[in-house]
Amino acid sequence: MGARQRIVIAKPGLDGHDRGAKVVARALRDGGHEVIYTGLRRTPDQIVRTVMDEDARFVGLSSLSGAHSHLFPKVCNLLREAGLDDVVVFGGGIIPEGDRSQLFDAGVRAIFGPGTPSTEILEFVEFASGRNCGVGSQDEWHWGE
Amino acid sequence: MERRQLARQLSAIENGELQVVKTEGLIVAITGPPGVGKSCLVDGILHRLAPKYKVAVLAIDPTSPISGGALLGDRIRLSVLDDAEKSDSIYVRSIATRSSSGSMPSIVSDLANHLLASNFDLVIIETVGAGQSEMRCAAIANRIIVVEGPSRGDGVQAEKAGLLELADLIVVNKSDLEGASKVVNDLTVSLTLTNDAPPIILASATEGVGLDELSEKILSLEERVSSRRARVRQQLLMTHENVLVRNPAFETIIDRMSEEGLSIEDALREFDE
Repeated sequence: MGARQRIVIAKPGLDGHDRGAKVVARALRDGGHEVIYTGLRRTPDQIVRTVMDEDARFVGLSSLSGAHSHLFPKVCNLLREAGLDDVVVFGGGIIPEGDRSQLFDAGVRAIFGPGTPSTEILEFVEFASGRNCGVGSQDEWHWGE
Repeated sequence: MERRQLARQLSAIENGELQVVKTEGLIVAITGPPGVGKSCLVDGILHRLAPKYKVAVLAIDPTSPISGGALLGDRIRLSVLDDAEKSDSIYVRSIATRSSSGSMPSIVSDLANHLLASNFDLVIIETVGAGQSEMRCAAIANRIIVVEGPSRGDGVQAEKAGLLELADLIVVNKSDLEGASKVVNDLTVSLTLTNDAPPIILASATEGVGLDELSEKILSLEERVSSRRARVRQQLLMTHENVLVRNPAFETIIDRMSEEGLSIEDALREFDE
């Protein structure tokens, strides 16, 4: 098991339910990490403030409503503006294959769709924590490439 | 101070990388059973104190004894963080209990002192949902607010020894539900037999009842003289436990006890070495 990380799991935008986010939060908890869950309907600003105040190393964004192409890059930009360059961003939910490369370009390091084994997310966290792949780094790597 | 720098310093303290000097100031613990409304009351207090006062909240949730992970969800109830005018004078940090044996990790004391030194007027510690004998918060906080609610047993509960005896203020929350005023009565009757009975406030966090009074009182709470000995006792116990928990071999010895059948006597001997 890798070192314990502080991870914010956030629901940006107007989704109606958060079952998926809670399952991921639970899996990370059971993997030995400290997970801060924000609750539903957060704005990108609120998410970035939470990441900053909680001194989290990772932030996982869950979106089911189709607004990911707007919201995920917005969070990435705000993180960089706030100087939180070392924070690793990952996403999940209903993210069509065709939308993903644009999200990776924006700084998202992994996208986990429905059916992802929770062990894979833990592997990602362990791997990414040992690599300089925060949202502000020049690294173009993303998980599963 | 810059928020990000503060957040990093608190992490360093939590990880044992930064020493803290004790600072004078108000540290209030808000404690009580799970689901009684502690987070919602804290939200109500923050709405009233900010932005006039700078308030820091340390919200504690349990660490899993099995995986070592934690799910920290106290922020969800804090609607005050969505208020742009107030949120700048509020700092909220979620804390996991980690290897501490009880509901109050001793490191919280250092975190609270550091926040006071960083110019916060008040530090609120929101404890894990606590039972009748969870008194460790007394070792860290200099004021204690115990939250109670309706339908939590009969009048004998109010007579039982424990946490209630340490309260500097008692809040009976959920006044909108049936039975809340009966709890106030039971507590009042029970406390008439005490020399320095703490005040009782009947409140409803969801309907905003009693919150003005609570927010006003919190800044000028008197310490109960009779609880002083109990506080010192808790400080002593906490310091003693720290020697054990902060030993680098602590987790390894637990592994060996559970997997190799190392006896408690032998384990204690190894700690001494």
